Amino acid sequence: MSEQVKKFLYVNRKAPYGTIYALESLEVVLIGAAFDQDVSLAFIDDGVFQLTKGQDTKEIGVKNFSPTYRALGDYEVTKLYVEKESLIERGLSTDDLQELTYEDEDDDWAEKPSIRIVSRKEMGELMGNQDVVLSF
Amino acid sequence: MASLHTVNKSPFSINSLKSCLEHANDGDTILLIEDGIYGALKGSEISQIVADKIGSLSIIALEPDMKARGIDSSKILTGIITTNYDGFVELAAKHDVCQAWL
Amino acid sequence: MKFGILISEGPYTHQAADSAYHFTKAALKTGHEIDRVFFYHDGVNVGTRLSIPPQDERNLQKDWSALAKKHEIDLVICIAAAQRRGLLDENEAKRQGKDANNIAEGFRISGLGQLIEMGIKSDRLMTFGD
Repeated sequence: MSEQVKKFLYVNRKAPYGTIYALESLEVVLIGAAFDQDVSLAFIDDGVFQLTKGQDTKEIGVKNFSPTYRALGDYEVTKLYVEKESLIERGLSTDDLQELTYEDEDDDWAEKPSIRIVSRKEMGELMGNQDVVLSF
Repeated sequence: MASLHTVNKSPFSINSLKSCLEHANDGDTILLIEDGIYGALKGSEISQIVADKIGSLSIIALEPDMKARGIDSSKILTGIITTNYDGFVELAAKHDVCQAWL
Repeated sequence: MKFGILISEGPYTHQAADSAYHFTKAALKTGHEIDRVFFYHDGVNVGTRLSIPPQDERNLQKDWSALAKKHEIDLVICIAAAQRRGLLDENEAKRQGKDANNIAEGFRISGLGQLIEMGIKSDRLMTFGD
């Protein structure tokens, strides 16, 4: 493991199931969590569909990986930035998204939301403030 | 800090270029590669959106991909410059981070 | 400067592996280092030695193998993505009880950690996909 800490941003712009990108992106995030880097996830454009609740894949025969997002907090992946404009453009609101939380060890393990809703402008600024950007 | 963004899709079928233009920060560079070079065309339905960003952003098209698609400099928007693969590498080295709009 | 390259689409269907190849060659020519090339998603298919493109076309697997040999580039195929898509090296084929393997010279199969490590160690990470 490296002692160097870089800011990693995983950018998710694609919806789940139609293509494998969302799932394989999540696999990178889970493995990457072991490297103790400063990790953020961005969900923009169709990527916001990854976080919706009520996904049921039984009838398409594909593994439902949406519960895995709820485990991210245990991997200390706690910064999931979701773009407000992308939600609105798709007729979604935060009520349509899963509730994702983590336990903050610096705050007596208080349960806190992992999803942070940001504007497009804020998302752009976040993207511009990274060392490594991985796009899926 | 400035970013190099690469866009490789036609703006007429996928929203990568539009999304990239809306997220890039002033001083960033957008490099159009592969089918992304169609975003450099003048007289298209998105030309104005692209042209409005030239100045606050540098927009550059990859010449080998233009040539492959039969597009020469006369067909692209004024203010968009072109480069080759050596130039692509130089751009990547010059910017702090590279972000692909897949 | 040290570059890491991520290729996330397969050969021939998408231009990604071509663009990455031309970028890599230009980077080496202009005095930069290529630390590693990581193949993910369908990109793993670049590393099969069983592809036979028509003779008047480029052969991406051979091009990458040759470039890697000449410049000692680490070509890494993601194991999870590879197993989904039928890419196996000799050890893995044996371990999984398969009757064949298909990894080309110069490529090796390893975990996703190699991608993260590449992101940490290289000065710039370049992604080529679709």
